Amino acid sequence: MILPAAVLLITFLLIPIGLTLGLAFTDARLISPRPAQFIGVDNFTRLFSDDTFWKSLRNTVLFAIVIVPVQSACALGLALLVNVKMRGVNFFRTIYFLPVVTSMVVVSMLWLFLYQKNGLINQVLAKGGITGPDWLGDPHTALIAIILMSAWQAMGFHMVIWLSGLQTISGDLYEAASLDGASQWQQFRYVTWPGLRQTRTFILITITIAAFSLFTQVNIMTQGGPLDSTSTVVLMAVRTGFQQQQTGYASAISLVFFVLVLIVTIIQRYYTREKA
Amino acid sequence: MTTLTPVAERTATENRPAVDTQFPVRRVLGLVLRIVLCLVFGLPLLFMIVASFKPDTQIFADLGGIRSFLPVGNLSLDNYIGVFNRVPFAQFMLNSVLISVVTVVLGVIVNSMAAFSLARIKFRGGSFVLGVILATLIVPFETLALPLLWWVNKLPFFGPGGYSQGWLDTYQVQIIPFIANAFSIFLFYQYFDSIPKELDEAATVDGAGWFRIYRSIVMPLSGPAVATVAILTFLPTWNQYLWPLMSVQSEELRPVMVGIDYFKQLNVSWGQIMAYASMITAPVLILFIAFQRAFINSIASSGVKG
Amino acid sequence: MKLNPTKRLAVGLLAAALPLSLAACAKGGSSSAGGAGGELTMWTHNAGNKDELASITQIVNDYNKSQTKYKVKIQAFPQDSYNQSVVAAAASKKLPCILDIDGPNVPNWAWAGYLAPLEGMDATLSKFLPSVIGKYNGKTYSFGYYDVALVNVTRKSTLDKYGIRVPTIDQPWTKDEFTAALKKIKASGAFQNPLDIATSFTGEWWPYAYSPMLQSFGGDLINRTDYKSADGALNSDKAVEWAKWFRSLVTDGLAPLKSGADPAKDFVNGKTAILYNGTWTATDTRKAFGKDTLFLPPADLGNGPKIGGGSWQWGVSTNCADPKGAMDYMKFAAQDKYVASVSSATKNIPATDAAATQVPGYGPGGDNQVFRDYAKKYAVLRPITPGYPFIATEFTKTAQDILNGADPKGALDQAVKDIDANQKSNGYFK
Repeated sequence: MILPAAVLLITFLLIPIGLTLGLAFTDARLISPRPAQFIGVDNFTRLFSDDTFWKSLRNTVLFAIVIVPVQSACALGLALLVNVKMRGVNFFRTIYFLPVVTSMVVVSMLWLFLYQKNGLINQVLAKGGITGPDWLGDPHTALIAIILMSAWQAMGFHMVIWLSGLQTISGDLYEAASLDGASQWQQFRYVTWPGLRQTRTFILITITIAAFSLFTQVNIMTQGGPLDSTSTVVLMAVRTGFQQQQTGYASAISLVFFVLVLIVTIIQRYYTREKA
Repeated sequence: MTTLTPVAERTATENRPAVDTQFPVRRVLGLVLRIVLCLVFGLPLLFMIVASFKPDTQIFADLGGIRSFLPVGNLSLDNYIGVFNRVPFAQFMLNSVLISVVTVVLGVIVNSMAAFSLARIKFRGGSFVLGVILATLIVPFETLALPLLWWVNKLPFFGPGGYSQGWLDTYQVQIIPFIANAFSIFLFYQYFDSIPKELDEAATVDGAGWFRIYRSIVMPLSGPAVATVAILTFLPTWNQYLWPLMSVQSEELRPVMVGIDYFKQLNVSWGQIMAYASMITAPVLILFIAFQRAFINSIASSGVKG
Repeated sequence: MKLNPTKRLAVGLLAAALPLSLAACAKGGSSSAGGAGGELTMWTHNAGNKDELASITQIVNDYNKSQTKYKVKIQAFPQDSYNQSVVAAAASKKLPCILDIDGPNVPNWAWAGYLAPLEGMDATLSKFLPSVIGKYNGKTYSFGYYDVALVNVTRKSTLDKYGIRVPTIDQPWTKDEFTAALKKIKASGAFQNPLDIATSFTGEWWPYAYSPMLQSFGGDLINRTDYKSADGALNSDKAVEWAKWFRSLVTDGLAPLKSGADPAKDFVNGKTAILYNGTWTATDTRKAFGKDTLFLPPADLGNGPKIGGGSWQWGVSTNCADPKGAMDYMKFAAQDKYVASVSSATKNIPATDAAATQVPGYGPGGDNQVFRDYAKKYAVLRPITPGYPFIATEFTKTAQDILNGADPKGALDQAVKDIDANQKSNGYFK
């Protein structure tokens, strides 16, 4: 009964992983009258001497470093806000969740419009007397703009996950805490926070992997510009592999990326493991 | 260890901290905060829908005022008519529906069967297989897209039309690679694991084979898991962009997300983009509003991993 | 272990997949395998360009009526993803019979084996402008109906007001004259943009519009002697000079970093004094300002004015099941009246003299005659190498970076490194 899934997983997951490994050491192209040849580590030497790669790597890491704490903290805030006895709380939860079910393609097009130099966001800022930047056209703000929008889109998702974590915490603990005269902050610090340990690990790892895979938003909104300030490793891989048809070189980028994600995940697992 | 206790169905249960009743000020502030956040998350989408009924000149004229979010002024269906003139919208929609439905249905069947054999049959090496499956969860699809493209182009296909070489530009290239899914198997596995094993033993005594146990005992009890997997398969399938962009060229096989590209040419009409975006978002939004609980619960249940 | 259920399931799965693949076959599983049973498939990049698509459709309809043997069927794609669609179709051996191609990509497509040489059309094509014919390794692979020229569009009244000399084809502006003129206009404060080079356009526009500026400085995209390396062409002192000047347009406030979505509209609305654009804008700008509109040659930035030659062209794929039929269509479609109708629709320069007389403004003494003169005098083809699509994406990225303030020498060196690596990894396309 495991057979169909096994065949499919091997064909479309394990073999492509193996191919990434193999093709990375060749000069294979998507189409070429010349057969692919083994070229050793040429692709890697080329990659490590490519400024764009280092910039892309820097942006990818920066994006992850910023968005992981910001998005998880804000999502936790949202979860706490809708985890109360109150009328209409379901309505709020639904609204916060709306961006999650909207596709990233649509969200990117929408924010592309909102972020224009004289777009909605800057017009609103102007009302408050602030001159907004050319969000996506300025190397200093483009990545920030993409971070804000990505956090906005995914926050509801992690809110729900925090919420499910919050609801595994027994009510008796809160009751005991309030009998001991603990303040709301103390309740959060000594009851809620420790109770969310597993949820924290999960959220940390999923946001990190998603952050490293940043592609769609950038592809639609900035194509990696201006000045490579929003280029990411995946965007670079897709550009070289698909638009420029260099399957071998793109596989090398994918491989480096894969190793990177693996290392980060292992480190995170190690630091969030059960402290025996 | 997770239980699929529905998050949405717990109204004021005892395990929620009660809101402070002594400080009305704080309550008011809390409410204001919640409402402001509502605006932050809701307004951009509201803007999209409202703008889709306005001519471009008015969209720009309204910017920076409350009018951006109100259906006022010169409203019409012109943008929608424009969309239908510009792209074969019905065809795109049909493709997306077909691809999503088939992927979801086959995904539920294939992944639940795999999870069943891992969780209930317990064959030798099962835990190793499960380990491999879980390990692949950290592989982002984007890294595999390019080798996969190269690879599916070499695969044979045996259909009723006979033998053909290369999968590019077909329906199956948009469906088959996404049927088996490690995460779905994992979710089913967790759920099946929590169903008492005594049921199997009783059925075996009655002479039932594994397949019958799967079909008549385990699956009927697993409604919530099926819903979860269905939703978590449907969303990314409906929203696919990179893969169909690369693997499909024929207009008559394209899904809705790729259609956005048709509007990024010279003389961008933002009104039409908003109309198209509203139309391709509508099905998901409607499903979400209708099955809110299932949606939220499925996301929630995916969250707690051991 | 019982295998029975597994077998049953496999059968079930197949049964489930059957209607699906049936649907796929019925709906286009074989949609684009070119030209079986007298049907010739055709692809074009014109999904978003109504007028050009209409003129092409007209040719196809005429052809289908003119004979009974073949039937051409059009499929239009959005321009943004057209090249990628073709590449993917080529990979899956599903190219249509007849397709259009952006001129500079012809060598790449011919080398990769997508295109079949055009047979028996030499006499007809000898009457076409050389820049609209796609050649590679001595064979002809494509022809276009029109070419485009790049011009500086402005108003005579504007130049007169600021005492700026009106340049001519024999005496274009020098670099210093051009810069001085822009600074004068800027000092007046009457225009938001003294110059607008349409940076909001995407795709092939960047190499098409801005590499001629580089060539006018004396640089180039690649060494054209052997097409092996870009070293000393794209990163020469002249090229660095170009990069500095290009960036100074933005830093001196002479041109916007990012143009509006429709630069021609900004010009007509008086936001822009001088618009650098293709000849397709002539009709609208003339409509706005009548006889006051001037179409000036590009400035001479040191090495003479330069204009990119070659625009969209038509060819036949190697995939076509019925190459005879495809060639038959190509001969039919190369008639002067069609050259005229497509050029009229796109408002561009007709490829033949005979067609020119039938297109408004392109006859002898017509208003648009000057565009043909520019194209004939200044046109430079983009490098004729299969590596061109790669060079184009590299140049686009580099030019964008330079405009945004990247270090000119560093950016150009990196581009050279990438281009050389690509030429080398393909065995120099030998």
